[in-house]
Amino acid sequence: MQKDLTYKSASQVPPQEGFREAYLLHLADTTLILSQRNSEWCGHGPILEQDIAITNISLDLLGQSRNFYQYATQLINNTTNTKAAKVLPSGEDLGGATDEDKLAYLRTEREFKNLLLVELPKGDWGQTILRQYLFSQYQYLLFEQLQQHADEQLAAICTKALKEIKYHVRWSSEWVIRLGDGTTESNARMIKAIEEIWRYTGEMFIPVEYETISGIDFSALKKQWEEKIKEVFEEATLSIPEKIFMQTGGKTGVHTEHLGYILTDLQYLQRTYPNSQW
Amino acid sequence: MPDTELTKKENSSKQSETQVLPSGEDLGGAVWSVLETITDPEVPVLTITDLGIVRDVKINGELIEVTITPTYTGCPAMDMIAMNIRMALIENGFTAIKITTILAPAWTTDWMSEAGKQKLIAYGIAVPNKKFTIAADGVECPQCKSTNTKLLSEFGSTACKALFQCQDCKEPFDYFKCH
Repeated sequence: MQKDLTYKSASQVPPQEGFREAYLLHLADTTLILSQRNSEWCGHGPILEQDIAITNISLDLLGQSRNFYQYATQLINNTTNTKAAKVLPSGEDLGGATDEDKLAYLRTEREFKNLLLVELPKGDWGQTILRQYLFSQYQYLLFEQLQQHADEQLAAICTKALKEIKYHVRWSSEWVIRLGDGTTESNARMIKAIEEIWRYTGEMFIPVEYETISGIDFSALKKQWEEKIKEVFEEATLSIPEKIFMQTGGKTGVHTEHLGYILTDLQYLQRTYPNSQW
Repeated sequence: MPDTELTKKENSSKQSETQVLPSGEDLGGAVWSVLETITDPEVPVLTITDLGIVRDVKINGELIEVTITPTYTGCPAMDMIAMNIRMALIENGFTAIKITTILAPAWTTDWMSEAGKQKLIAYGIAVPNKKFTIAADGVECPQCKSTNTKLLSEFGSTACKALFQCQDCKEPFDYFKCH
């Protein structure tokens, strides 16, 4: 199945062995962890319709994540080079073959490449909403470019996902406006949410080595993103914080303490009852 | 309706007992007619061919290759649909079956059949309407046909639906979103 692919970014940076697998895992881990976080609202949403909305978004994210894992699996299983094999779960004898479940359930904290932003606790509804909006808006702009990627399968996954992300952006931005420009209480909570979350947004635009294969101009992406955020924040009577120090590390496996706990929940069953299946 | 359903089932089971399979061009048609009987697990009033999930059927000697595409990325019914296709084809005497899932071109509600749309309305679900590519107040109520309706949530009981309430007959209803 593995095709000889040419990369858009090839003229600037030669594609490195293992970068594509690592990038796919970054995309897969990010969507998996956010899906898991949002699903904590199942049965606890502020009202039934919004409980259903946030869990619908979880399901969309889980679907994206499965597509990325499945594609990564295909590449990893077909690869003969050792650098790509490095993304395999450590200490796990896979007998040469991995699958989407092994990638999700049997890798350790340091092997996860998700953004720090998505592993933060769900917080109150305001924090969940704000994180979702900041992420969905980023994902929308990113996938819009990735759907032009020379790697056809990556492009297909992103094209399909975009149809759903459109809804996520609309829903979460409407909520940011409703809460920011709402009551004194909701406004105060949104300000607090920004204080908590903003320092984790910088990582989205600070590329690590393997992201060169995406062919994305991250500083241009950041500018686009900030313009969109500014529009919604203005309507929500909220302001973007002045330059502050941005936390990084998630993309290369250096996480906050929160990831360990969420993986404990997520991986519990597979680790307690190895090889159990649906 | 129930009568014809029964006859169909009888026919198909007879066919599998005798294992007489059509040959050549008829074979493709026979596969399609099996696929036309498989319903969507989440919206059981629609078949997978009504929804446009089946993208291609190829006959390669003994091998039947069916290509399907998911409606939504996270559609939890896809694995079950693939299994149901396999079971239905086996029941009808086909043995070598390959089911492939593709993502491009991305599924769209434009592929939904006219017959499918009529079945949805009869079932009480409003059909995709180009005037409402973004779900908003005014989608026609499938019960009383009023357009005095209110969007309750863009996210409904399944990924493909939004939740509405009719302001005239007061019935809540689902709208199959344009996608």
